[in-house]
Amino acid sequence: MVNLTINNKKVTVPEGTTILKAAELNHIKIPNLCYLEGLNEIGACRVCVVEIEGVNRLITACNNVVEEGMKIYTNSPKVREVRRTNVELILSQHDARCASCVRSGNCSLQEIANDLGILDIPYELQLPHAKWSEGFPLVRNYEKCIKCMRCIEVCDKIQGLNIWDIANTGSRTRVDVSKNRRIEEADCALCGQCITHCPVGALRERDDTDKVFEALADKEKITVVQIAPAVRAAWGESLGLKREEATVNRLASALKMMGFDYVFDTNFAADLTIMEEGSEFVEKLKNRENEKFPMFTSCCPGWVRFIKTQYPDMVNQLSTAKSPQQMFGAIAKSYYAEILNVDPSKIFVVSIMPCTAKKYEAGVEALNDAGAGHDVDVVLTTREVDRMIRSEHIDVRFLEEVELDSPLGISTGAAVIFGATGGVMEAALRSAYYLVEGKNPEPDAFKDVRGNKEGWKEAKFTIDGIELNVAVASGLGNTRRLIETLRSGKVSYDFVEIMACPGGCAGGGGQPIWDGEELAEERAKVLYGLDEINDLRFSHENPAVIECYERYLQKPLSHTSHKLLHTNQEEWELNPLKNE
Amino acid sequence: MSRLSMITKDKAQATVEEMYKDLERRIIASPPGLCPIDLTISFVKMAHAQTCGKCVPCRVGLGQLEALLGDVLDGRATLDTINLIEKTARSIYLSADCAIGYEAANMVLKGIEGFRYDFEEHILRDRCNFGIYQSVPCVSLCPAGVDIPGYIALISEGRYDDAIKLIKKDNPMPATCAYVCEHPCETRCRRNMIDDSINIRGLKRFAVDNASEVKNPERMPLTGKKVAVIGAGPSGLTCAYFLSMMGHQVDIYERRNKLGGMLRYGIPSYRLPREILDKEIDTLLSYGVNVFTNVTVGKDISVVDLKDKYDSVYIAIGAQIHKNMGIEGEDILGVYSAVDILKEIGDGIYPDFKDKKVAIIGGGNVAIDVARSAIRLGAKNANIIYRRRKDDMPALKEEVEAAIAEGCEVYELSNPIKVESNEDGRVKALIVKPQIVGMIENGRPKMQDAKEKPISIECDVVVIAIGQGIESKDFEKDGIPVRRGVIDALSSAGVKDIPGVFAGGDCISGPATVIQAIAAGKVAAANIDNYLGYHHVIESDVSIPQPRLADRVPCGRVNMKERPIEERIDDFLLAECPMSLEEANQESKRCLRCDHFGFGVFKGGRTEKW
Repeated sequence: MVNLTINNKKVTVPEGTTILKAAELNHIKIPNLCYLEGLNEIGACRVCVVEIEGVNRLITACNNVVEEGMKIYTNSPKVREVRRTNVELILSQHDARCASCVRSGNCSLQEIANDLGILDIPYELQLPHAKWSEGFPLVRNYEKCIKCMRCIEVCDKIQGLNIWDIANTGSRTRVDVSKNRRIEEADCALCGQCITHCPVGALRERDDTDKVFEALADKEKITVVQIAPAVRAAWGESLGLKREEATVNRLASALKMMGFDYVFDTNFAADLTIMEEGSEFVEKLKNRENEKFPMFTSCCPGWVRFIKTQYPDMVNQLSTAKSPQQMFGAIAKSYYAEILNVDPSKIFVVSIMPCTAKKYEAGVEALNDAGAGHDVDVVLTTREVDRMIRSEHIDVRFLEEVELDSPLGISTGAAVIFGATGGVMEAALRSAYYLVEGKNPEPDAFKDVRGNKEGWKEAKFTIDGIELNVAVASGLGNTRRLIETLRSGKVSYDFVEIMACPGGCAGGGGQPIWDGEELAEERAKVLYGLDEINDLRFSHENPAVIECYERYLQKPLSHTSHKLLHTNQEEWELNPLKNE
Repeated sequence: MSRLSMITKDKAQATVEEMYKDLERRIIASPPGLCPIDLTISFVKMAHAQTCGKCVPCRVGLGQLEALLGDVLDGRATLDTINLIEKTARSIYLSADCAIGYEAANMVLKGIEGFRYDFEEHILRDRCNFGIYQSVPCVSLCPAGVDIPGYIALISEGRYDDAIKLIKKDNPMPATCAYVCEHPCETRCRRNMIDDSINIRGLKRFAVDNASEVKNPERMPLTGKKVAVIGAGPSGLTCAYFLSMMGHQVDIYERRNKLGGMLRYGIPSYRLPREILDKEIDTLLSYGVNVFTNVTVGKDISVVDLKDKYDSVYIAIGAQIHKNMGIEGEDILGVYSAVDILKEIGDGIYPDFKDKKVAIIGGGNVAIDVARSAIRLGAKNANIIYRRRKDDMPALKEEVEAAIAEGCEVYELSNPIKVESNEDGRVKALIVKPQIVGMIENGRPKMQDAKEKPISIECDVVVIAIGQGIESKDFEKDGIPVRRGVIDALSSAGVKDIPGVFAGGDCISGPATVIQAIAAGKVAAANIDNYLGYHHVIESDVSIPQPRLADRVPCGRVNMKERPIEERIDDFLLAECPMSLEEANQESKRCLRCDHFGFGVFKGGRTEKW
């Protein structure tokens, strides 16, 4: 243990503790901006500087450790002046028109500047001039970037894709796409983790809310909205709702209020996905000697983009099943158009996704199979739908919960867990078991695949005497480790689930942003809770899905299923700007 | 008013003078990987501040150049801007009245020629060349990439064994390097910005001298793969060490009696004591490397045979053969090659230079080694004959100074043209043609014959030390590609088009430094390991101390001292004195810890494994 004083308060902390942590443990707050624990401890912003008695120059608290007998002052006159100057300097190169910023009210720079009472900046405003690729689903605003380097670190250390890097040196140093590429030339998976780890408004998703308002205003359009599983675990966070208040039914109510004609659930399509993907897997198992294993899940477009750029020779191991979002779009503009007896091109499908890569996926030409334009017309992130609710001035606290519409709003517990890492695997195994054994397993029989983990999770199950080795990874850095190990022959699996974002969609790049916090696990709990209380816990028992097969698709992997619900991954164009 | 007065500096001028010194030291410590155009603008801006304001090209033109270069960096330029910059700079160069103007413009012209690509990249993609980071200066300049801030921090805590362990992760010859490394790591040390570079080699020596016996890390499981290493110099030994650590079986083939290559047969023991070298080699080979001495590959066994017998072969034969000067009288009795003399000294056979007048031709470290050895062998005099100026000598400055202090004389600007013999057919004198320094070409002044008569330098012995060549003939005959006298290998050490055969060290570069040879051995070991189908990871378990949170106040650098001249010129014992504990503590605390403070904490601060 190390003894020291912070602001004259005697404290004792374990050896190796940073000054920042030591202060935090003793309820002394040292403001910081670029710091992200374990990820970005580089002391770039110089906001967390403190004074140490006997040392003239100031020291950053975030990445220096305490020493015995140290006397630290976190708010001495010197510290106050320097900290304030540094924040003013950051602001002198930051487009601080906060009123028109997507992060206003949720911006660490704004908060620090306000906390420090900065009312006036004595410096000339100097904004950089770089240009971003218009229309790309991920948007960088160079004029807002404060060069904290977090996006570089998240992409390097968590996602392992190294999309961002420092560009230029000296006064013109900025953060930009690595290797002098344009973003559309880079191998960006569009996971959006850089967005959720940006302390300011320098990174965001392409805003598509106007397109939705336009469609809502268009009397000719039948607006249909699908809500992804993980959205229900997070949408209320930025609207001041408690988790138990922020139900999908309350969200449905808000959407109805905005004018959506039908509010459906991506979970319906998740159940459908299990029917198709589960059947595909069972078929493969029957032909084990000739098929290539593992089969990979295909519902995460960030992952699909990843494998297509990083391991193109393995793309043929992806399940051919489309993602739930795309299955929903295809069904909405075929089966559901038939039910409504309308021209499918009148139907406007909006998705609410915890994801930025879904914006890309909806634009992939090869995925439009219903024959009425894009199967999914617009994808909104959870954050965008929250912004729409705010712009409509809907006070969600006082909304009545409403049921989702039928039939595409009916779903099972197996579908809702799609939003957490391991969920797709678990749901698939529940139904695969049924398909092989002819009876249901215990609903929680496969819960070993749940939970986030450094590296990846593996599990072994026996179904009808067949031993199945499965693995689950989330986060693309973990994914790369898993695939490299697979390729080295050190492990082998039959079925592998991959989610690009750590913790799965619950921690998705389109979810509400809480600077410095990782909420995937907490949100996943909500999803597992919803699974547990659902009367239906097997995708194959979803009555709406059963009816859809009876009336329209016939059976999993049928000709119609193949046309609408499966894809040839090789045909996907990777550059979203070429899809448009 | 007095008729004349003494010029005195006012405070402002004195402060500016101090800032000039600061700037000089800052430029020395300038890190690699900066935008060359950004630097050019800064240089032009400084030059512009120097303008007196009299003439148009300099007063106005330099400012316009600054603005145009700014346009390039700020996305306002087109490709035509480059032409305008060039035209403007050319006009300034051609018409400025004094060097303040025309040399400033010349920098810009050089820039356009030297990094036009960067100009274009900025204009077309709004970006500088990418991929070069501001690295930790010492580590990036060490060919072997040794974790220098790490081991200096360990030394400052008295953890000498850990310092050696950490060095050995990248360089298995810490003791050798502690005594003879050319320390390129020190050249751009950021401490120069405050006062002076850290004495890194001196600190390393302190660690080596004060560490206990540091054992090699545990050997990895045996792989059953066999590798032949040709040549037991620093490169071959390094490669053998790492490969055997990785679990491969290594056999070394060495032409001479003993191991060490140029460390033994080139460097005299007063610089590198033999017991230290022997101990280091013993430790290196303690994984069970087989050694075959007195075997000349190419004569006793061919490289083709080795290739058949082993899974991989590393050629590290060094640059061992003497280069002739091609002057009259070179074959007279009493003319020797430096290589031969140092080789004999390496085997303990000392030439009889007692009371002889020795002339050594050359200006490199080898020439200095021979001259200082000659003094130790009782030579009457040891004259170093060098074609260029003393300042141009490639030998280490401190070595030249030590040689002069020991009584060696440097005959600069003296081009040997003939060796004269006496009636016995033995060397009588060396005739040199005086030179005059001339125009600068490729950054180096050319020497020309001066309009003076040749001079005769009386001598009994002439030693030629003008460089060494590679004995590549036997290898070439066996199909190893040779280009311009050196073995043609890639930067991966792989020999072109011959899978499994690698080469490195002096035999692919020509005579270079010990640390470059060690680095080549490390690179070869990594790539041979991969070639053999493995990816063994080399890492160290030493934890690096946290940096001290103290101000870095200016403090002089501890330099190395040598034993008193009268004492040291009579023996071949180590000439250099170690740092004291007090000195080592002070010097190690001068380190700025660029691995933690600055860019190093973000990227490139520490390579923990390879």
